[in-house]
Order: sequence, then structure tokens, then C-alpha cells
Amino acid sequence: MNRLSLLILVVIFAVSSFAPALAGERLKLSTTTSTENSGLLCALLPPFEEMFDIKVDVIPVGTGKALKIAETGDVDVTLVHARSLEDRFVKQGYGVNRREVMYNDFVIIGSKSDPAEVRKAKTAVEAFQRIAGRQSMYISRGDNSGTHVKELEIWKRASKRPSGSWYLEAGKGMGAVLIMAHEKKAYALTDRGTYLALLGSNKIDLPILFEGDPVLFNSYGIIAVNPAKHAHVNYVKAMALIGWVTSRAGQKIIKEFGRDRFGKPLFIPLAIPNP
Amino acid sequence: MIENYHFAIRDLTQFYDGNKVLDIPDLVIKKGLIYGVIGPNGSGKTTLLSILSLLARPSSGRVYFDGLEINGQGNNESALRRQMAMVLQNPFLFNMTVEKNVAYGLKIRGWSKKEQKNKVRECLDLVGLTGFEKRKAHELSGGEAQRVAIARGIAVNPKVLFLDEPTVNIDETHIEILEKVIEELNRRDKTTIIFTTHDLDQAYRLAHGVIILSGGRLKKVLSSDSFRDSV
Amino acid sequence: MEYIFAGIWKAFGLIFSLDREVFDITWLSLKVSAMATILASLTGIPAGFIIGTEDFIGKRVLITLFNTLMAFPTVVVGLLLYSLISRQGPLGPLGLLFTPWAMLIGQFILATPIIVALTISATQGIDPRVRPTSLSMGANSFQTAGTMLSEARFALISAVIAGFGRVITEVGCALMVGGNIRGYTRTMTTAIALETAKGEFSFALALGFILLMVAFLVNIFFHWLQGRR
Repeated sequence: MNRLSLLILVVIFAVSSFAPALAGERLKLSTTTSTENSGLLCALLPPFEEMFDIKVDVIPVGTGKALKIAETGDVDVTLVHARSLEDRFVKQGYGVNRREVMYNDFVIIGSKSDPAEVRKAKTAVEAFQRIAGRQSMYISRGDNSGTHVKELEIWKRASKRPSGSWYLEAGKGMGAVLIMAHEKKAYALTDRGTYLALLGSNKIDLPILFEGDPVLFNSYGIIAVNPAKHAHVNYVKAMALIGWVTSRAGQKIIKEFGRDRFGKPLFIPLAIPNP
Repeated sequence: MIENYHFAIRDLTQFYDGNKVLDIPDLVIKKGLIYGVIGPNGSGKTTLLSILSLLARPSSGRVYFDGLEINGQGNNESALRRQMAMVLQNPFLFNMTVEKNVAYGLKIRGWSKKEQKNKVRECLDLVGLTGFEKRKAHELSGGEAQRVAIARGIAVNPKVLFLDEPTVNIDETHIEILEKVIEELNRRDKTTIIFTTHDLDQAYRLAHGVIILSGGRLKKVLSSDSFRDSV
Repeated sequence: MEYIFAGIWKAFGLIFSLDREVFDITWLSLKVSAMATILASLTGIPAGFIIGTEDFIGKRVLITLFNTLMAFPTVVVGLLLYSLISRQGPLGPLGLLFTPWAMLIGQFILATPIIVALTISATQGIDPRVRPTSLSMGANSFQTAGTMLSEARFALISAVIAGFGRVITEVGCALMVGGNIRGYTRTMTTAIALETAKGEFSFALALGFILLMVAFLVNIFFHWLQGRR
């Protein structure tokens, strides 16, 4: 009998401990895996949470999915990097008040031996053409993320429709793709932030083979979900978050982030270039 | 005279898979007596006990217990059952201690822990299993289990106690104990006891009335005196 | 090979230093899965008992259905639940998506068929004499059901453990409807998926190791619970 009462006690304890997790105001932010994986949000969000006594629920998914769940009103605000998709999102009336937050750039990485001689390429388009020409193994995000959108944009400009056994669509986040590339000694397009984070912690040892083409510019925008479309969204706090990440203090955090670990920042602020 | 009757049966039949397994046009069981039900295997002994103890519903006919029709509408079956106790042939003990098994009916009837404990001890003493309280049911021998089941039945002070082949698994010395228990219970508490048996001698030794079944039909009801004469 | 040992080493470090994040993740996993299992047991055991002990038309079909649902892919449950509770779905106004409640509902849906199916088979293993014995001692139908369940307690506890095992280890549904939000809906399994994606193998291994230990301790707890009653 006392075993039964102990069981009941455990149940009551579990139930009661459940309640506080649900109390308090929450703001839902959908974002890309790259911002979450790089650890930036862990530095950027806590001061905001403290300032407004609110918890920000970060839902890390690909850019496409992040915008999709913003479109259905399942989050209040979204931080993504795929300009074409963002513009369409705002144009269709799902989002309002888009602000540029920061940028980093995409780089092409691969094994040191560089079988497709990507190092010799003058442009990103040429680099992709070389990879396709040699049919060297290439790993695509394949998840409709911002990076994936960028890949497809470059393939399109290179007039190649990639397919074949050398072209792998991972359907995974940036970190997972980099690790796959490392395991398979393959090429991949990656944002510099995630790449540096993984390189810095010795998860991968793939060098940057190509960088610097303007087409590889990777900017992040933050957009509030339009309260006219979804009455329930926490629009006021969404705007407060947009205000915070584009404020002088927020931009300074972005500018400093990663400097201590990797020697250089992972992201460069865009709203206030010199906070 | 109806006050003297515990059970009255009218035109009772029971079918099983289309076969008539019991057919009793008329039978009464009087209060405070011991009845032995005898007959070969398949003669309907167990079926009769099941119907009287409300574990089975008859196909047709009426059964009265203390003047109430027991399968009638609106009767509280478990309230009626609580006035009886049944010890099945090859009885089942719950997977708990002997003490909890014997106290099972008492707990259901809302007895206090202390009352339960005293009654359990009394009943175990009665069946010759003093000190068996903490033993686990599944560790007992067949004969011990049978006696625990009987102790569990008598613990609830039933008006009627049904015993289906109560001595079939028990060795000679303990049969004697059990027969004494049956007689003592009847004498002391005026409990009506109905048991089935293969053993004609046993029926003759214990019973005031003997019900003889054959092929589901009621052959004869004898008082023990006339039974003796017929044997 | 080296990183496996590194992972195990790190796991010990995280456990014994009572790392805050690991503790929170573990606690959340336990809470959600335990609640889901309890709720699934409270509905699944009575349902399985009734299905197992009563005779009615369609009983075989129902049993087959629950046996099939036992193997229902967690991501399919996640997908169906997602479409129900998304703001565009019929239950959208409740705002359940990306909350622990969503995971709780998902895990409840996953655990219930297992508990129902295993309860059905448990009731079929009950000695046929239990019911008449209990009735003949004057038990009403509720008390008889209680006694029958008590006789089947070992099999029932196995059913509950199987249900708990399914939900504490599932990742598909929790990831989809919970959203893997740090400090809110990040469970052990979704954290393992995330940390692996980030290349943090040792952290992921540490969590996997803790998951294993938690499962082990829960089993010991239930074993003790069913002990000598």
C-alpha cells in the first residue's frame, strides 16, 4: 500500500513541476539552423529576455520551414537568410517590418586534395561548374534552407542541373552536412559562421577552397509575423525583439560574437555597421 | 413453512452448447442443514452449485433465495452473493500471502484491519494451518491451498457455504479435520453447507440431506436416514 | 574509436558535475514521458481490460487495430498532430504547437496503443478462475476487475514500461511538435539529434548514456514497485 502512495506522490510531484514551465510570457522565433548551431542566439537573446521578462522559444529549422511556420502563424517572428524567399514572404503579406540584421558569407569547402580544382575558379559559378564537370562528390543541404536556396541559385547561373551519384541531397542542417562532407571528403557550400564553429572545435578539417564572390553574400533578415493575418501573434514583443537585435547593444553583441573563440567574428552587423 | 427454506428451485434447466446439462423441476434446500450432492462426473453437480451461488444464470426456470428470486430484475447480485461463499473445485488462490487470501472477502465487506487479522487467525486455526499467514499462496501444496480456500470461504460467516469436491486433493488425516470443520461450522453458526462429492460414505457421514444427480436429472433427495437404508 | 571513449568520459563529467543544461533536458524528458505514460495507463489499462475481457462484435478487428498502432511510426503521429494543432489546423486556436503540451499529447498517442495491446494480452493470461473466485467471495464487478488486474500486475507493469520506453526514446514526434526549443521543449532525444548535427558527438553520446541510465533506473523503480505486495 505504501508503494502505491509513493507512486501517487511521484505523480503529483511530476504534475506540479510541470505547471511553472508553462507560466510566463513566451515569444516564438523560428530561425535557421546556422544561427542556432553557431551559438549566436545564446549570446544575443538572454539580455532581451531579461529586459522584457519574456522567454524566447527558438525553433531551429531551415529557412524555408522557418518562413513556412511563420506563414501559418505558428511563430511570432522569424530570423532567416534567403532574400528572395523573404521578399516574397513580405510581399504576400505574411510578414511586416523586415530589417537587415547581419551578414556573413558563404564559402565553398572541400578536401585538401581538391580533385575538381575549385581553387583555380574565378567565380562561384565557375567553381560549381568545375565540380559538376569532374563529377566530384558534392553534398547539398537539400532542405529548402537559405543555404540550399543559395546553392540552387548558383547551379542555375552555372546552367547545370545537378544530378547523379556524385550529388547527394542530405536533407539535414548545416552542421550535419559539413560533417558528412568531412566523412566523405566531399565539396559543400556553407555559411562561414557554422564552418568556423565546427573548424574551431576540430569537428572537421576541410579548408576553404573558394570565397569572396559577391554572389556568396549571405544576409540575415528579421521579420515580424503580420498581426493582420494572424490575430493571436505577439506582435508587440516581436517588434521589441526586432528592435533589440538591430539596436546598438544588440549589434555590438553580434559584432563581438565568436571573436574570442575563432579569432574573428562569425557575423558582421548590418543594421548598424559600427555599433 | 417458507421461512425454513433457503433455496427453492422451480423448473430449472441449463443448456450448454445445445445440450441439456441440468433439469430440476423442483428442489428445496432447508436452512441450517448440510447437503451432499452426489453423482458421477458430468451429472451436473458443479452446474447446480454455480447456479445457486449466482455464478451462472440458468437457461430457464426460477431460483429463490430467502424468498427472493435471485436472477430477477433489479436484484443486487453481489449483495446476494455476499451472503454466500463458494469454494471451487481445484480452488484458485490469489497471488498474495495466505493472510491476504483469507482476508479477501472481509476486505470487500469493509472489515477493519484488526478484525480481519483476528478472523484470519481463527479460520486458519480451524483448518489446521496455524501460523501460515505470511506464506505465499503459490508456495503451498495442493492440500494446503485447498484448506486456505476453505478458510477464505468460512471467514466471511456465510449463511450458505458451497464446497465443490472439498476433499478431493486432501490426504486422509486432513479430510478428517475438514469434516470436523464442516460439522462444527454447521453446529456453531447454523451455516447451511452444500458440498459435492464422489464419496458416498462422506455424504452419508456428514449430510442431513443427499441430492442424487445423474445425467443432469434429479434422481432422488434423501434424508440421511433413508439414504442409509437405501445403501 | 577515440571519440566514443571521449563521449563516455564526458558523460561522467556532465552527470557528476550536475551540468545545468543536461539536468534540465533530462528532467523535462522524464516529466513529459512520465506524464504521458501515466495518462496513457489511466486510459489504456481500463480500455485494454474491457476489450480483453468482454465479448462484442468487432473485438478481433479492434485487437488487430491496436496491435498495428503499436508500430505506428512516430513521425506519422507527429505529422498528424502537427496538422491538427498548427494555427491553421482545427485545434490551432489553443496555441499548442511548440509547447511541452504538444509533446505530451503526441507521446500519449504513441504510448496508449502499446498499453492497450499489452493489457489485452495480459488479461488473456489471467487464470479463468480469478473471476468466479472473486465474485463468489462477494466482490462487485469493480472489485472483481480490480482483483483481475492485480493478478495480472506483472504483465501490466511490463505494459507500462513498454509504453514509457517507447515515448522516452522517440524523437520524430517530439522534434516535430515540440520544436526542439532550448530549455523548453528540448528532450534528451531531440538534443541528441541536434548535437549530432552540430558535430558535438561527445555531448550527444553523453546524453545517450544518460538516457540509457534513466531507462535502467526507471526499470529498477518499477521492478521494486511490483516487488512483494
